[in-house]
Amino acid sequence: MNATRLGGVDTAAVVRSTLRGRSHDVGGRAFEGLLLLALLVAMAVLVVLLVDITRQGAPLLLERGTDFLTSKTSSLPQRAGIAQGIRGSVTIVAFVILIAFPIGIGAAIYLEEYARDTWFTRVINANIRNLAGIPSIVYGLLGIALFVKFAPVAGFTGGRSVVTAGLTISLLVLPIVVITSAEALRAVPSSIREAGFGVGATRWEVIRSHVFPYAAPGILTGTVLTVARAFGEAAPLVMIGAATGFLSTGSAGFVEQLRGPYTALPVQVFDFSTANLRAFGQHSAAASLVLLAILLLVNGAAIFLRNRYERKW
Amino acid sequence: MESELSQTIEPVSVTHIEVAHHEPVSTGRPVIFDVQELSVYYDDFRAVRDVTLAVRQNEITALIGPSGCGKTTMLRCFNRMNDLIDTARVEGRILYHGVDLYDHQVDPVEVRRRIGMVFQKPNPFPKSIYDNVSFGPRIAGFKGNMDDLVEQSLRKAALWDEVKSKLKESGMALSGGQQQRLCIARAIAVSPDVILMDEPCSSLDPIATLRIEELMRELVSEYTIVIVTHNMQQAARVSDRTAFFTVDVREDGQRTGTLVEFDATERMFTNPSDGRTEAYVTGRFG
Repeated sequence: MNATRLGGVDTAAVVRSTLRGRSHDVGGRAFEGLLLLALLVAMAVLVVLLVDITRQGAPLLLERGTDFLTSKTSSLPQRAGIAQGIRGSVTIVAFVILIAFPIGIGAAIYLEEYARDTWFTRVINANIRNLAGIPSIVYGLLGIALFVKFAPVAGFTGGRSVVTAGLTISLLVLPIVVITSAEALRAVPSSIREAGFGVGATRWEVIRSHVFPYAAPGILTGTVLTVARAFGEAAPLVMIGAATGFLSTGSAGFVEQLRGPYTALPVQVFDFSTANLRAFGQHSAAASLVLLAILLLVNGAAIFLRNRYERKW
Repeated sequence: MESELSQTIEPVSVTHIEVAHHEPVSTGRPVIFDVQELSVYYDDFRAVRDVTLAVRQNEITALIGPSGCGKTTMLRCFNRMNDLIDTARVEGRILYHGVDLYDHQVDPVEVRRRIGMVFQKPNPFPKSIYDNVSFGPRIAGFKGNMDDLVEQSLRKAALWDEVKSKLKESGMALSGGQQQRLCIARAIAVSPDVILMDEPCSSLDPIATLRIEELMRELVSEYTIVIVTHNMQQAARVSDRTAFFTVDVREDGQRTGTLVEFDATERMFTNPSDGRTEAYVTGRFG
């Protein structure tokens, strides 16, 4: 071909050699390999866990079918079930949805949209972040002090009841709801707020019509994580008196049951595993499987909802 | 500084800048905004100093000047948009039809219903074209036929023919120029008295820019327009009056915007009285 020649130099050859660059980027490849390894390790742990509890729990679920889900606690392995745990956990999540979500989202809207940026709001923000990092067992202590031992409140909660559990878990997840909602609100471009104010909207109209709808998918994602957390917490519940072992609610009505003894799904998982392992080991794994299935369902529902709302017009 | 500039700059012919010849500016038009010695601060930082000018009805008033000269800050005082910034405060007065805009009894929400705004970057709501236009009137309690109002507003913004078949589609799906005209339609829909425009063409291509400029000339028969622009040719083409701002740099490095000269646009571009204005409009500076 007609390679350009400048002063006898083959330009194409020079360019070719420079363009080829470092064909052996050893460091980069090694790093890529390490990152892949990290991913594989994380996945492997998850797979091993799933395989293990499925191997242990599936036979029991297959053998007893829905009977395991609808049976109450019992000292007889062949009769013990998780109906009360499911009921308790669902009640606790209902409390979280009714109490922690409105308060948490409301607080986030105030912090992000109304509060001026002062040292005081910064202190509050930092503290909410700290609260979210507090171990859940500490919230168990708070639950005891506030809802079990503090007489005026305990008269309403009934002491070591599912109401106490619902309120305690609501307090536990409240900072998480505030933080995730505030982050979703912060992600709303300020140009949208300006556009709203520009046509003479009040702050509330701007929030209701533009900021909140825009932030809703993000807030929803945060609340789903919160529900998962509420379902999975066991430590504070054991502390504030979820029943371990046999539990009978007798013929108590709905309200009495709310204020009476209860248990929750993760507590039952823990409970089965500390009882006679040979007799109840399978029960623990089977209850874990049910717990995982419920979480999967909740997450799936939320992803579905989020995708519907996220229709970015 | 002024004397320095006028010494170093030779008198230049400015004939290469095309100045539009609109109807002669009548000085008798009523004053909409009477700005008296206005200063704007962010905390202790003084962004704009002692601006005095008058915006007249059914005219386009252009605010020009180099970056950081405070023209956008100035514009955002006219509808109290600076209120949204916690640290901003003003000194001096802006009289709107004789009423002090910063009087403590004045509600900024009411101000913004009468004084609309079009922003630098087109910012339609992430909603349908129809909802973009109807939002303002709806919250203002508009009782009439909304479909008609949406159509009228889009027609005035020269967008109707392009969007009439897709009013339910997202405003975000339009091109940049169309989005900006949608934002103009949104501003018009609440029947404002004044429309403020903050570099409305800076993110648009020349053809879209031309359409917006033509639109401004059409709209000025009904509204009063104040526009901030980087583009001197744009100010020369569309505006009736021009205010030229510049930046004063103090010895301690603090930069404050000041108004250099305010006059009929034609005079500003052909026979400015201040050397700094001449240097800027002829491209010698800024």
